[in-house]
Amino acid sequence: MAIDWFPLRLSLEVAALATLISLIFGIWLAWLLANKQFLGKDLVDALTTLPLALPPTVLGYYLLVVIGRASWIGHAWEKITGSPLVFTWRAAVIASTLHAIPLLVKSSRAALENVDRAYERAARSLGASEWRLFWRVSIPLARRPITAATALAFARSLGDFGATLMIAGDIPGRTQTAAIAIYDAVESGNTLVARTLVIVISIVTAAIVYVANRLEQRRHV
Amino acid sequence: MIRGNIVKRFRPGPESAGFHLDIEFEAAPGVTVLYGPSGSGKTLTLDCIAGFVSPDSGRIMLDNRILFDAESGVNLRPRQRSCGYVFQNYALFPHMTLRENLAFAAHSLPRLERHRRIAEQLERFKLTSMAGRYPHELSGGQKQRGSIARALIANPRAVLLDEPGRGLDAALRIDLYTLIEELRDGLRIPVLLVTHDLEECFALAESVMIYDAGRIVHRATPAELLGNPGTAEVARLLGGFTLYDAEVIALDPGRQTSRLRLLGADIRGPHLRGCFRGDRVTLCTRPEELLLRTQAGENRIRGDLRRVIDRSQSIRADFGDGLIVDVPREMWRSLEETGKQTGWWIEIPPGSLRQIGGPRT
Repeated sequence: MAIDWFPLRLSLEVAALATLISLIFGIWLAWLLANKQFLGKDLVDALTTLPLALPPTVLGYYLLVVIGRASWIGHAWEKITGSPLVFTWRAAVIASTLHAIPLLVKSSRAALENVDRAYERAARSLGASEWRLFWRVSIPLARRPITAATALAFARSLGDFGATLMIAGDIPGRTQTAAIAIYDAVESGNTLVARTLVIVISIVTAAIVYVANRLEQRRHV
Repeated sequence: MIRGNIVKRFRPGPESAGFHLDIEFEAAPGVTVLYGPSGSGKTLTLDCIAGFVSPDSGRIMLDNRILFDAESGVNLRPRQRSCGYVFQNYALFPHMTLRENLAFAAHSLPRLERHRRIAEQLERFKLTSMAGRYPHELSGGQKQRGSIARALIANPRAVLLDEPGRGLDAALRIDLYTLIEELRDGLRIPVLLVTHDLEECFALAESVMIYDAGRIVHRATPAELLGNPGTAEVARLLGGFTLYDAEVIALDPGRQTSRLRLLGADIRGPHLRGCFRGDRVTLCTRPEELLLRTQAGENRIRGDLRRVIDRSQSIRADFGDGLIVDVPREMWRSLEETGKQTGWWIEIPPGSLRQIGGPRT
C-alpha cells in the first residue's frame, strides 16, 4: 500500500508558515515586553503565556469563536476571499501560530533582557536610533537563544493536534496534518502509515531539538 | 564646557538602600576627575550627562546646548547629546570586528569622511593591524584603546570615561594616562573621568571634584589638594594625610610661628589663622613630609615603631595614632640598625603642618 505523504508535507508547510508568523510577532512582543513600560503590560504578558497552559481543545474552541463563520473576523474573511477561514489549511496555520508564539515570546524576551545594557547604552550614545540598535546590536547579540527558540517553536507547530483538529478539521488531502493522520491511521488499524509517519516526525523533531540545544549551549563570547 | 545642577533620588528598595544625588558641577575643557568612594554618585553623574538616567530636577548644559532641563521638559536622547562615553568594561560590540565597531559609531558621517576617519582613528590609537579582530581576540589595553577610539570617532563635544584604568596592570595604566593626556591636549573639550584611584586622579586631573554620599564636597586642582585638603572630610576621602588634634600654646605673629601641644609634645608650627591661645585646631601632614630620626631634638616626637610596610618606592613606618612616615629606601637602610638600639623620633617640619578648618574653642 502506498503511503500518502500529503499530511507530512502539509505539516511542514503549516509549521514553517506558523513559525515565520510567530517569529515576526513574537520578537516584536518580546521586545515590547523587555523594553517598554505600558498600561496592561502584565495582561499582555499573561495572554501570551496562556496558549502554553490551556488545553489545546479549549484553545481550539476559542479560535472557533473568534474566527468561525459566525464571528465578524470569519465573516469579513469570507466576504473578501469568498471562502470561509475555518476548516482550511489557513486555520491550521493560525492554530499552530498560537501554539508556537508563547515559546518564542518567552525565550526571546529573556534573550533580549540578557543583552548587557552597556551595549545598548553604548549604541545609543554612539548615535544609533532605536531601530538601528535593535537590528545591529540587540538581535545579533540575542540571536542564538532566539534561533533555538525558533527551532523549538517549529517543532511545536509541527506537532499540534487538538487545536488544529478543532479549527481545521480532519479533511484528508486538505487539512489533515501529520499528527492527525497518525491518529487516524492508528484508529483504522493502518500500522504501516502510522509507524512511518511517527518515525519521520520523530527524526525531524529530534534533529530540531539537537540543534536548539547546541545553540543554547554555545553562549556568545 | 559642561555645567549642571541635578537632583536624583532613588527610593530604598527591598535589597537596596536609598540614594540621593544632589550636585552642582562645572567642567571646563580639559580633564576633570570625579573622585570618591564607590557608590558616591560619580557614575550616576556621567549617566545623567549622557542621558541614560533622567534626573528628577535640574538642568544640564553642554556648551550652549541644553541637554536636560526639568522645568521646560527638555530631555535630549543619548544619541542627540554628542557625548563620547567610555564604559567600564569597554562595551565593544562582541559580534563586530574592531573596524565594524568604529564604523557603527561613524555612521552619521558622510561616507568618504567615514572611511578616512576610521583609518585615522585606527592609526592614531595604534590599532590598524588589529582592525579585523573581534573584541575577544584583543588584549585589555587594545580593547581600552578601541573603546576610546570608538567614543571619539564622531567628534563628540565631551568625553565621559568611567573608571578607564580599572583592571589594567601598571604598564597599561601608564599607556592609558599618556593616551588621555594626548586626548586632553589634542581636543579642547571637557573630559570627565570617574575614578576612585588616587594615583589616577593626580596623574590626570586638571581639576578634581570630590564626591561623598551623593554630594560634591570639594573642588580643587590636584596641587591645591596636595597642599591642603581643605576639610578633614576631604583629607579622609583622599587618604594619605595624617590628621592631628593640637592645642595652641603660644602664637608669635611677628615671626609667623606658633607653639603647639601635639601628640603630647611641644611642637613649633606655622602661624595659625584666627587662633588664640588655648584654641584647639586640626592640622595635617603627608607621610612623605615627616622625617625619621634616631635621636631627640626640636620638633621631634618619640615614636614606638609598630609596623614596617615595604612599598615599591619607599618604606612606610607606622607608629600608631595615625602617625605614619614614608622613608626613602636607602635612608631606611642606613637608619634601621641605629634606630633599633636608640629608638625612634619623628620630626615634624613646621612648614609641613597645615591647618584644616578654623579653631575650636
